[in-house]
Amino acid sequence: MNVARKLACAVVVAVCAVSLAANWLAPEGYAKQFRETPNAPPSHQHWLGTDDVGRDRFARVLYGTRISLLLAPAAALISTALAVLVGGLAGYLGGIWLRLARGFTDLFLSLPWLFLLITVRALLPLNVSPMVSVLITFFVLGVLGWAASARVLSTSADGLRNSDFILQARASGLHGPRLFFVHVLPNLKPVLYAQFWISIPVFILSEANLGILGLGVAEPMPSWGSLLRELEGLISFREEPWKLAPLLLLIVVMTSFQLLLSNEEVTA
Amino acid sequence: MKTIGRRACLQIAFCFVFFSLVLTADSALAQSGGELRFCLRSEPKTFDPLLVDEDASLSIRYLTGGVLVRVNRHSQELEPELAESWTISKDGRQITFKLRHGILFSDGSPFSAEDVAFTMQRLMDPALHSSTGDSFRSGSGAVSTKIVAPDEIAIIFPAPIAGVDRLFDQVAIMSAHSPKKEAAVLGPFMVAEYKAGSSVLLQRNPNYWKKDSKGRRLPYLDSIRLDIQPNRDVEMLRFKRGELDLINTLDSDYFDRLASSSPGLAHDAGATLDSDFMWFNQVASAPIPEYKRAWFASGNFRRAISQAINRDDLARVVFGGHAQPAIGPVSTSNKFWFNSKLKVEPYRPDAALERLKADGFHLQNGVLFDKSGNAVEFSIVTNAGSKPRERMAVMVQEDLGKLGIKVNVVTLDFPSLIERISQKFNYEAAMLGFRNVDLDPNGQMNIWLSSAEDHAWNPQQKSPATAWEAEIDRLMRAQASSVDPKKRKESFDRVQEIVAEQAPFIYLVNPNALSAVAASVEGANPGILSPQTFWNAERLTVNGTTRASR
Repeated sequence: MNVARKLACAVVVAVCAVSLAANWLAPEGYAKQFRETPNAPPSHQHWLGTDDVGRDRFARVLYGTRISLLLAPAAALISTALAVLVGGLAGYLGGIWLRLARGFTDLFLSLPWLFLLITVRALLPLNVSPMVSVLITFFVLGVLGWAASARVLSTSADGLRNSDFILQARASGLHGPRLFFVHVLPNLKPVLYAQFWISIPVFILSEANLGILGLGVAEPMPSWGSLLRELEGLISFREEPWKLAPLLLLIVVMTSFQLLLSNEEVTA
Repeated sequence: MKTIGRRACLQIAFCFVFFSLVLTADSALAQSGGELRFCLRSEPKTFDPLLVDEDASLSIRYLTGGVLVRVNRHSQELEPELAESWTISKDGRQITFKLRHGILFSDGSPFSAEDVAFTMQRLMDPALHSSTGDSFRSGSGAVSTKIVAPDEIAIIFPAPIAGVDRLFDQVAIMSAHSPKKEAAVLGPFMVAEYKAGSSVLLQRNPNYWKKDSKGRRLPYLDSIRLDIQPNRDVEMLRFKRGELDLINTLDSDYFDRLASSSPGLAHDAGATLDSDFMWFNQVASAPIPEYKRAWFASGNFRRAISQAINRDDLARVVFGGHAQPAIGPVSTSNKFWFNSKLKVEPYRPDAALERLKADGFHLQNGVLFDKSGNAVEFSIVTNAGSKPRERMAVMVQEDLGKLGIKVNVVTLDFPSLIERISQKFNYEAAMLGFRNVDLDPNGQMNIWLSSAEDHAWNPQQKSPATAWEAEIDRLMRAQASSVDPKKRKESFDRVQEIVAEQAPFIYLVNPNALSAVAASVEGANPGILSPQTFWNAERLTVNGTTRASR
């Protein structure tokens, strides 16, 4: 493990640890409105100031980080599982199944995902709690985000299908699900890991994009997306630099993920 | 002879210099207006003044169109323009205008009653689909015109229209004979150049009829350059750099930033006629649980919600103090139509809880339950991207949380929101705004009549679902069919009282009219009615020497 990767690992672990300690570090919570001091600058009471309605920005960053960092991997897990189901299986089966899966994947990739997300989000039930809305948002991201990974996995599985050790396994009488789970899937692991790690920052940014459009996690629950919406007023950057804190944190975490990811990709 | 000749030469030279100076000074006075520059937030959809129905085209129509009468944007009084005077018949079906003499269109063609007749006939042509024309449709039958004399015209309607004279503020008179059609105008400016997606250049109308008190021909400005710029950040940056002279409407965030850096340039004209409000879905066929429908149909429940919302906080926190807590359908700025007996619903969570208890609700472990034991929870939908509304929804969420009510805030893209609230009725509560440009309550007929499409809480009813809606229907029809302003006011005052008692709409705030005017602009007097900053454009001047980076 090189120095950069160690550093990245330390950053991700530290950020996760601090966000998990949010209840202790910010006991007032992310939703309490200090209405007498909206848009306040950093102070002893509010380390990163307050937002438009007087909520403590530091608390919101901590809780938002927790939500985005915990649920993005969950969404990545869903999308990777779906990618295995579609891409991995199609690659293993080959022939018409592979062609069908690739056609379907290409069709899915060609869809404008942002509009698709907005449409799906609009069709969801309205009366759900903020926590459920968070889960729904990331679930939708996971369910819609499998196509790129499936394409990679189908190619890898297709390559494995014609490999010598699979031929030998077939010759030994192994076939069907047992061949897939015992010989194909374990050999897809490096690609799976790489796809999983790639998906995490993609989903964090996707949620941020939805949040910027006001369609992400429901209020008053914070997420990186909703926190980044505060940056819409470009003119205030120099006047209120503390508003950049969520953006800086996002950049640091994304960069750390990329550094962690490089090694996985090399392995793959 | 020699001496006389020299003296004569001197006198001639003196006279020449004197008159040159006088002429130059006069010319400088008449031509010293300069160029005014500001932004349109979207592309103008049309230059036809009778087809205008969006902000950009409205601005151009205001600056170029000549009207028979004009609502003074400051005093809110109706003032004569192309018409010297007018009379309305006792039955309210006919209005007769006496026109000014010697007025020319921008292309030099003369103005007469024929042009008014032509404009009205075109405006009321069903094939034109003019939204301006729709406000004149009072009943079955056609609108007719009768030219009494070259300078007098009567317009006859099939049924009386209350406040008909004020509607002519929106009707820009077109030339019946000019080959230039809509390009021939009677307003202070005329369109000189249009670059799609970039700008519209308006130049002074050389034939404009108005003069100032000193006899100088208006407008003072040489031209107005309207840059098409939808991005408000860019608009503000350009204003700060001195590239723009006006920002017609500002958000409170931008306003506060400008006011802190350049206090003299930011103008708060007070509460507009606009309002932000929320309402509950009362549609009988709506796909919501029966017990929730019962909550929303209860006047006590709606009033309790209204009492539990801290409007002062909404105005102070969300709008930085640049909004007024709303009282009802009419803003306090609407001097004539506002019912001054009504007051802002005070923030009284205790009273709200008592009111709910009267309906069988009870509080248990911090959660409010109805008499059947259902926890009180509902969602408020609003449009994504409207920061003030999202902030208000979050604050309402917290206020109602203190009563043990769980509110889920849902932001939706606008088409999805409209589909839910107007077609599928698949929502529980909604928060939106009403952009009101009309002082007269007739402009709100489409909201208050129970049969109307925009009767948001329960639209298109075949017969009024409640007694108070039937009463509103009756009062609104009564005010619309009367020409007596006093009787109309009495009817609409009662409508406002019923709305305050029943709270079908829970009015939250009336945002203020915020604008920015550069120091180089002289004569500006921003008001609350649109167009806030350039309503007196003909009397504005821009001093080029004071135009500098701000």
